[in-house]
Amino acid sequence: MSVPYSPEEMMTIAAARMLRNGAVCFVGIGLPSTAANLARLTHAPDAVLVFESGPIGAKPPVLPLSIGDGNLAETADTVVSTPEIFRYWLQGGRVDVGFLGAAQLDRFANINTTVIGPYQKPKVRLPGAGGAPEISSSAKEVLIIVKHSKRTLVDKLDFVTSVGFLTGGEAREKLGLPGRGPVAVITDLCILRPHPKSRELEVASIHAGVDRKEIAESTGWDIKVSENCEATETPSMAELDALRDLKARTAIAHGMQGEEA
Amino acid sequence: MAQWTSLSEAIAENVCDGDSVALEGFTHLIPFAAGHEIIRQRKRDLSLVRMTPDLIYDQLIGAGCARKLTFSWGGNPGVGSLHRFRDAVENEWPAPLEIEERSHSDLANAYVAGAANLPFSVFRGYAGSDFARVNDRIRSIACPFTGEMLAATPSVRPDVAVIHAQKADWKGNVLLWGILGVQKEAVLAAKRAIVTVEERVQSLDAPPNACILPSWVVSAVCEVPRGATPSYAHGYYDRDNVFYRAWDKISRDRETFNAWVKKNILDTDSFADYCKLKNDASAQVATA
Repeated sequence: MSVPYSPEEMMTIAAARMLRNGAVCFVGIGLPSTAANLARLTHAPDAVLVFESGPIGAKPPVLPLSIGDGNLAETADTVVSTPEIFRYWLQGGRVDVGFLGAAQLDRFANINTTVIGPYQKPKVRLPGAGGAPEISSSAKEVLIIVKHSKRTLVDKLDFVTSVGFLTGGEAREKLGLPGRGPVAVITDLCILRPHPKSRELEVASIHAGVDRKEIAESTGWDIKVSENCEATETPSMAELDALRDLKARTAIAHGMQGEEA
Repeated sequence: MAQWTSLSEAIAENVCDGDSVALEGFTHLIPFAAGHEIIRQRKRDLSLVRMTPDLIYDQLIGAGCARKLTFSWGGNPGVGSLHRFRDAVENEWPAPLEIEERSHSDLANAYVAGAANLPFSVFRGYAGSDFARVNDRIRSIACPFTGEMLAATPSVRPDVAVIHAQKADWKGNVLLWGILGVQKEAVLAAKRAIVTVEERVQSLDAPPNACILPSWVVSAVCEVPRGATPSYAHGYYDRDNVFYRAWDKISRDRETFNAWVKKNILDTDSFADYCKLKNDASAQVATA
């Protein structure tokens, strides 16, 4: 039996499935927070959510609008200062998974959240780094969640804010970064994974109703499809219910119209 | 020893044109009342430092108070862009804004170094990124024991730190709790510190290990109820998410922004006045 769902729901659910139960996950606001909280409400009740504002083990009843919402502090196992989060917990090597978004992403999963256009005279000034540069280098592994479009998946970044595999191959290992780097990029069309040798992102799993042509046309480089490319499992009723309930609760709590949540 | 003063006196005495100023508070306890007072007193050429500029610096930048901004994430949390910040960077309006861009981890470490009276901070960061290419203050240093290359950046030592907290006692000892961000480090890194609080109490009644800033590290303490709104004060009031969303529209257009600053800040006498104006407006909407 198939239930209608949106591409964004598919993306969030596919991302949530990547988080294993018990993993310590450093979470950004927006799509990463939605996916991590969905994981916690479904298959990963013991996932430990860490936020850069200081809460460790937060179990928010609704999605936070900001990275420092009160419900994160109230539901956390402990709340530490922001320097402590970055020094003892992230740099200390205690984070299993970093969950990041991106304004621009290249074929080696490097991320730009800084500027579009030249740095000194930007066409668009984006918010900037936040915690991402050190999450991408210090978390044991990284998951990236982005909407698939040519504007986002680009041939060349205007600025490297946070590193994936740099120029590919062994480049990341040579730099001596503590974490393994990105293991998957989850979009609303498919799941990309780095090729084991070249580290170039390849299509590893395609969501139902999406064809290869659409992925190619929505990607800013000539994207390859993995030999073992699979079909993404469609969302279950339980996953969809959990996600929709979470979003509905969030909309009510933040006094939003449904579309905004 | 902290002096209990009015907020207008505290800003007049401690914030000078050209100072480097850090108004801190990580989403929680953002000192909006103090930010408004800086705008009201038309302070100029400030070098602003803050991890997340948030609406408070969008207001200061748009009102023409800032010459430079040191920051690590400049968005409207959960909403989108900071339009006044973007307009200053992209179009030099109302004035050119020099930026020094760092990461959260860097600035958090730099405040710790400042509080510890060290000239620079050392951490694992920035490797492989483009930051060092655009900011020559982001450098690296070899570990003298292992040779590992680490990021080195200048500590943050502001002239003035400004924070908001829940309580202070009659002596001016300050207690804060909930999400603490880098406020303690900012106060200890700064030459002078202003603290606004929700309430003045006889005794703090805090357990050992609570986050307390003793009176003698604070220059001025001011009782400003609701002084963090539209941010929140844990145990007192919630974040005004409606205002954070409304700000997107207010700040998008220069004229709308100027009119908002005039009506809500320049033409009001105090933050209490502003809160009353805002309450009356919401009451009108509610009864309409």
